[in-house]
Amino acid sequence: MNIHEYQGKELFRKYGVAVPRGGVASAPEEAERVAKELGGAVVVKAQIHAGGRGKGGGVKLAKTPAEARQAASQIIGMTLVTHQTGPQGRLVKKVWVEEASQIERELYLGIVLDRAAGRPTLMASTAGGMDIEEVAAKTPEKLLKVAVDPALGIWPSTARRVAYGLGLSGELAGEGVKFVTNLYRFYSEMDCSLVEINPLVQTLDGRILALDAKVNFDDNALYRHPDVAALRDLDEEEPLEVEASRHHLNYIKLDGSVGCMVNGAGLAMATMDIIKLAGASPANFLDVGGGASREMVESAFRILMSDKAVRAVLINIFGGILRCDVLAQGVVDAVKTVNVNVPIVIRMEGTNVEKGREILKTSGLDFTVADGMGDAAAKVVAALSR
Amino acid sequence: MSILIGKSTRVLVQGITGKEGGYHAQQCMRYSQEFAGGGGAVVAGVTPGKGGAKLEGAIEKVPVFNTVAQAVAGTGANASLVFVPPAFAADAILESVDAGVPIVVCITEGIPVRDMVYVKRHLEGASAVLIGPNCPGVITPGGCKMGIMPGHIHKEGSIGVISKSGTLTYEVVAQLTAQGLGQTTCVGIGGDPIIGTMYIDLIRRFQADPATEAIIMIGEIGGAAEQDAARWAQKNVTKPMVGFIAGQTAPKGRRMGHAGAIISGGEGTAAEKMRVMTECGIHVTQSPAEMGLTMARALGRA
Repeated sequence: MNIHEYQGKELFRKYGVAVPRGGVASAPEEAERVAKELGGAVVVKAQIHAGGRGKGGGVKLAKTPAEARQAASQIIGMTLVTHQTGPQGRLVKKVWVEEASQIERELYLGIVLDRAAGRPTLMASTAGGMDIEEVAAKTPEKLLKVAVDPALGIWPSTARRVAYGLGLSGELAGEGVKFVTNLYRFYSEMDCSLVEINPLVQTLDGRILALDAKVNFDDNALYRHPDVAALRDLDEEEPLEVEASRHHLNYIKLDGSVGCMVNGAGLAMATMDIIKLAGASPANFLDVGGGASREMVESAFRILMSDKAVRAVLINIFGGILRCDVLAQGVVDAVKTVNVNVPIVIRMEGTNVEKGREILKTSGLDFTVADGMGDAAAKVVAALSR
Repeated sequence: MSILIGKSTRVLVQGITGKEGGYHAQQCMRYSQEFAGGGGAVVAGVTPGKGGAKLEGAIEKVPVFNTVAQAVAGTGANASLVFVPPAFAADAILESVDAGVPIVVCITEGIPVRDMVYVKRHLEGASAVLIGPNCPGVITPGGCKMGIMPGHIHKEGSIGVISKSGTLTYEVVAQLTAQGLGQTTCVGIGGDPIIGTMYIDLIRRFQADPATEAIIMIGEIGGAAEQDAARWAQKNVTKPMVGFIAGQTAPKGRRMGHAGAIISGGEGTAAEKMRVMTECGIHVTQSPAEMGLTMARALGRA
């Protein structure tokens, strides 16, 4: 789960990770009031779950509270398009107003999980403000990676390696150690899957501050953090995906025209792949899971069909725990209640496949039954051109 | 021959009194009776606080214990199958590891990543092998079924199968069986960011297993495990290998069902993985409909 920058900064502050003073505003007058309280120049930043906000006009410097109000009035309500939002952009509802920092140096600090090693890994670089993937690819010597032994947690010697690696010295190195240590505690205790600060800045008045805060949480651990789960902003998510998650379905909208419904994530991805190989594009990823009930299959079908771009449907089920007869009954029920006017190709294999085929056949509905994945993809692509 | 499990495996099921654990323990037991002549059977169940509980159906004679250590002492169980809910699953794995159970297979989906980080750390230096979590389990056709896969689609034979996915594993097994190619052992390693055993350790076991003639590895987008495995196999494997990567059409930065299946930056794309695998001499198919056929071709039988 993702959260907004302002939420990340508020959590950072609780953990003693230094951030600039600031406040959130959902109206221009509020932004003006926050700026007045802060005093001096401020930065007004659009709050959406996507990077590249500055380039899209979502970050503005304001020297006075009046300017802050004006900047906020321009940003709130705008549809911000960045390289991460897609061409349709994202509506901005809130801004974060914070004191403008006098920057001496821009740095980078992140914590991710090194999967192969199974260890959280601190990543630090003096090339702050840049795309870190690019730094890693072009100048790997500028990226310091320090793995943390989860059994030990973070010790001062580990944090010192990072602080000195960032070129901090004297009192600032001490600040850096504190910063790194607190950030690691935050990452670990809050079950983050990613924490990224880009840029982390060293200010002219000798402070270390997180100028940005990108925080992702492990969905599997949200039950341990109801306060974090409450930060979920449904406006930032595709409505169909939100609806799907309510039914414990895994749905991701894509831009093709073949809707697909599959059990199992790997098979669902493979089904998307074979649709592409056959010459069409998948409209979505939809995994109904291993133990889907008839009701879940029906909801899945409804969600699938509410995407207007869908011109044909491919259902690919390998019955294991989810039996083919249950799937077939769910599809038949759904087609009878949902208004379906596109061709449906069904491929079923595995547990109770004969019973499933029988249910489809006797339903009186018009399904195309396919034999194997290759045949299914060919049939759905042929149906598209009808 | 096979790897990890076989007829001499004595399975204990953690979480056997739960709905899923009970159901699948019965299915594993039936597989043992129908396909393995009673070998590879479920011999014990463990649910803390429910020791002595009575079970029903195919597992009615299976004793339930409060702890794994008691189950091992009482029945000689030498492999554990974990069906414990996500919040308690890591603890269940640790209990089996500490009781000296050599093979632990965890089916549970949704375990917090941090819990698995601790488990993985604890496994360093331990003798136990953990398969999963978030996986369909392990099956040695005609020997032992430890998992939730439909047993009847498998066939005894000479292909080693390693896969990150559940139903896609069934798909590849069905395709192999349709080609007349049976399997020595099929291992679902799991789709989570942290899993107990990755490809390399299993490829090593298949390479060393005289009954395994060829190996098929099915991967997914995300991470670099497939690339690492391909590079390792190039130097250490003499048997033919076939590969497929799911997620060629997956968008960047989105979690495709499995928590591990996410492309970040340029890393972990299907194209990148397939390129490295091909360079390392693995027969890679782009079509998930041709995984079995590609194996038959690699063996000169198509």
